[in-house]
Amino acid sequence: MWKFIVRRIFLAIIIVVLGSFIIYGVMRAMPTSFVESMARQRAAASATTGGPTYQEWLEQLNKSYHMDTDVVSGFFSWLGGIVQGDFGDSWKYGVPVTQKFGEVIWHSVILNIITLILEVIICIPLGIQAARHQYSGFDYGITVFAMLCISLPTFFLATLLKYAFAVKLGWFDLYGMVGRYHEQLSQGGKILDIMHHMFLPVLTLAMLNIGGLTRYTRTNMLEVLNADYIRTARAKGLSEKTVINRHAFRNTLIPLVSYMSYLIPSLFSGSMITETLYQIPGIGYIAYDAMVAGDLPFTMFYSMFGLILTQISLMLADIMYAVVDPRVRVN
Amino acid sequence: MSEKIKDNKTEQNNQEQMALDDGRRVKVLSPGMMVFKRFIRNRLAIAGICILIFMFLFSFLGGLISPYRQDQVFYKIDSANKEYAGAVVNTDYRFVAVDGKTLSTMVRATFNSQVKGKAGDSVTFTADNNTYTANKVDENFYIITSGEELGTVALLGKIVDVQAAEGKEISAELNAAAADAAKAGQTSFELDGAAYSLTRDVGKNYKLGVMKEVALATMLNVDTADPQYSSVAGSYEFRRNCETAMHAGETSFTADGVTYTLEITSETDASVTDASGNAIANVSNIIVNPVTNGVILPADYKDAVADAITNKKTSFEYVNANGETEKHTIQMRGSTYIISTIQQTHLIDMYAEPSAQHLLGTDDHGMDVLTRLMYGGRISLLVGFIVMILENIIGIIIGGISGYFGGWVDTMLMRFVDLFNSIPYYPMMIIAGAIMDSFEVDPYLRLYMMMAIMGIMGWTGVARVVRGQILSLREQDFMVATEATGIKVSRRIFRHLVPNVMPLLIVQATMGLGSIILTEATLSFLGLGIKYPLASWGTIINSASNIYVMTNCWYLWIPAGLLIVLTVLGFNFVGDGLRDAFDPKMKR
Repeated sequence: MWKFIVRRIFLAIIIVVLGSFIIYGVMRAMPTSFVESMARQRAAASATTGGPTYQEWLEQLNKSYHMDTDVVSGFFSWLGGIVQGDFGDSWKYGVPVTQKFGEVIWHSVILNIITLILEVIICIPLGIQAARHQYSGFDYGITVFAMLCISLPTFFLATLLKYAFAVKLGWFDLYGMVGRYHEQLSQGGKILDIMHHMFLPVLTLAMLNIGGLTRYTRTNMLEVLNADYIRTARAKGLSEKTVINRHAFRNTLIPLVSYMSYLIPSLFSGSMITETLYQIPGIGYIAYDAMVAGDLPFTMFYSMFGLILTQISLMLADIMYAVVDPRVRVN
Repeated sequence: MSEKIKDNKTEQNNQEQMALDDGRRVKVLSPGMMVFKRFIRNRLAIAGICILIFMFLFSFLGGLISPYRQDQVFYKIDSANKEYAGAVVNTDYRFVAVDGKTLSTMVRATFNSQVKGKAGDSVTFTADNNTYTANKVDENFYIITSGEELGTVALLGKIVDVQAAEGKEISAELNAAAADAAKAGQTSFELDGAAYSLTRDVGKNYKLGVMKEVALATMLNVDTADPQYSSVAGSYEFRRNCETAMHAGETSFTADGVTYTLEITSETDASVTDASGNAIANVSNIIVNPVTNGVILPADYKDAVADAITNKKTSFEYVNANGETEKHTIQMRGSTYIISTIQQTHLIDMYAEPSAQHLLGTDDHGMDVLTRLMYGGRISLLVGFIVMILENIIGIIIGGISGYFGGWVDTMLMRFVDLFNSIPYYPMMIIAGAIMDSFEVDPYLRLYMMMAIMGIMGWTGVARVVRGQILSLREQDFMVATEATGIKVSRRIFRHLVPNVMPLLIVQATMGLGSIILTEATLSFLGLGIKYPLASWGTIINSASNIYVMTNCWYLWIPAGLLIVLTVLGFNFVGDGLRDAFDPKMKR
């Protein structure tokens, strides 16, 4: 087991480094980079006073942003900084990348945790009910609803919700995480204000994910319900409640927990489109802005963060499966 | 009756001839047929198929049926009450100088300050070291004359010496007349219809000058009826004689040897026609100017405006060059009259509401939304299929090789898959989109590039499935048999292994199609995908990122969103149905 984990970690490191290198290479391939547009701006600003020309600005800025090297040595100097814990300063936001990250990540995490809790509360009972009454009208309804949620494009759902609840009904603000008078509110009022603004994003994210989890629960519950030990339990004359809650549901939990552990790292990854559409200053929105602006340090940091999260979730899925189900451990 | 029994008996005989395990007794269905039967029994799958058929017809036939082209821009005619012309009643003198001469501003200014409002038939004033006389012909109409120096007259006792100025000649009669006038102390005299002046210079010296008309000052304005008459009506003699006749109340006048007819409407309004009845010009104290530059107002229009203003009407009708009657209204604003009329302008028909011509209105480029949706559907569906095929080709080859050979090849390829799988998708696509943006890639090329990138980013799932399946199939007996019979490796993989993986792949591909369409729509929504003039459903919804469109034009983005949802739903239903049909044990 430990040998496996160590090997897995070693592999993950290689993948993270290679993946970062690919992103770095692609970033450097952008012909109009952040530095060039900055040089253009500065050259235009200093043109009247006879300051440095565009070319001179470009050289100077390239030097200060370490863009005057070739891709490979540029990447390794960036990687060298990472190893020493220096992720560089964000070009767009002008503060150290880690500082900006620390400011915004919690918005995403809070958003995702509320969403995840909501999902679990909704999906697991729905999935179990649907499995218990397989091929009933209720089951069909759940299936269609789940499929509909899977098929909804994020941006369309978000726009639709905004149209219905913010424009037509006027219950919520279109954008933002805090209202206009947030600063004047009391401590409790501030929290309520944020919750009020979080409602639509949470609803959007929850609806998008409900489908998958409901269907997953249903499929696994069905599998369990068809197992021999359930028949045995029923044959023993146990009440339906006991059969479902004690025998069936507990066994359904095995794949569910493994699925959820797979989700845990994604709590940190932010949801780019939802956050951007609602302008929630979470990691997704901030990273999107940085990427569009060509902010190399921030994009690199965000991509590397994503790579690490993927690797962690893959590893967690493997390990959790073994933790939850002793049968796997034996093999 | 007996015959029936007989029939029954023969039937029974026939049945009896069959053995219990006769192949004909058991209706055997091919595996494909069984899958098909199971599939069509699934109501959701049939609903999905119906949705997809509708979407394909909508996208691929719709474009042919639609009367509009995908990039056809529609215009609308907007009529608005717009200011068309302005008119003022002229209260300033306008000066017309004798042909070939100009009247200096100094003279004009002096005239305005000295003459205006002064009583008397003639007023003499000095400007630019010259003496001018303004002869009042009528109210607000002066003819300005000026003395041109001919020579000097010196009075020495009884002797009068008349000296001609340089380059001038003084006739004997004029000489005598000037001498007489000087003796008599007159300051002006007339000879042969011309007026002469004697201006005292120094002592008993006089300057002899001839009075010549230099200009006229009037408050009336002459508008030529047609540009071809502008030189005729522009001549000094025309203006002078015309206005003189007008003030005198005559109905005709002669200028430059041509006789014109004058029709006087009011004291300040008249029109001039020539002998053959052509309208030459219109004389009025009302000046009409167009509001917009570059518009030339016809004389009859000006005439109509002047008439209306003189008669204090607030509106009038005018028949324009196309024979249409326009209604013009006159408003007083300060000292000017503003004439406005309903004008029609050609505008791009943006954000038009749904109507019979445009069932879903028009978008921000003035294009028919329904037609855009049809063509957009083609692109969305095509992108889905091409990316799916691309993913499957790469995935099957790499997964097949990996699964079949195993060992270090498998390890290498799978690590490669892991690497590709963990590269964050959206950052990669955003960077790729930005790169294409900065190269200003052609929209069509961009479409292909996008499909290629999506395919390259998405094949890992297929490769994993194929590998996993092949790993388990490899160990089965039929594969041992293929090895024993010495079938070539490529044939073993692609003829014996891959077809067994196919059912799962088909299910995955169908489900995948939906998610590819979703991804493409999301990228297009973010502005990273399809670019104008091409459209996909995602780009059409993109217009809703404009708050105005989102709140006011539901018909622009909601239909596109519903089409995406329905299509993806259709693919998911069909994929789900196929999975159940291929592997009934999985669900039941």
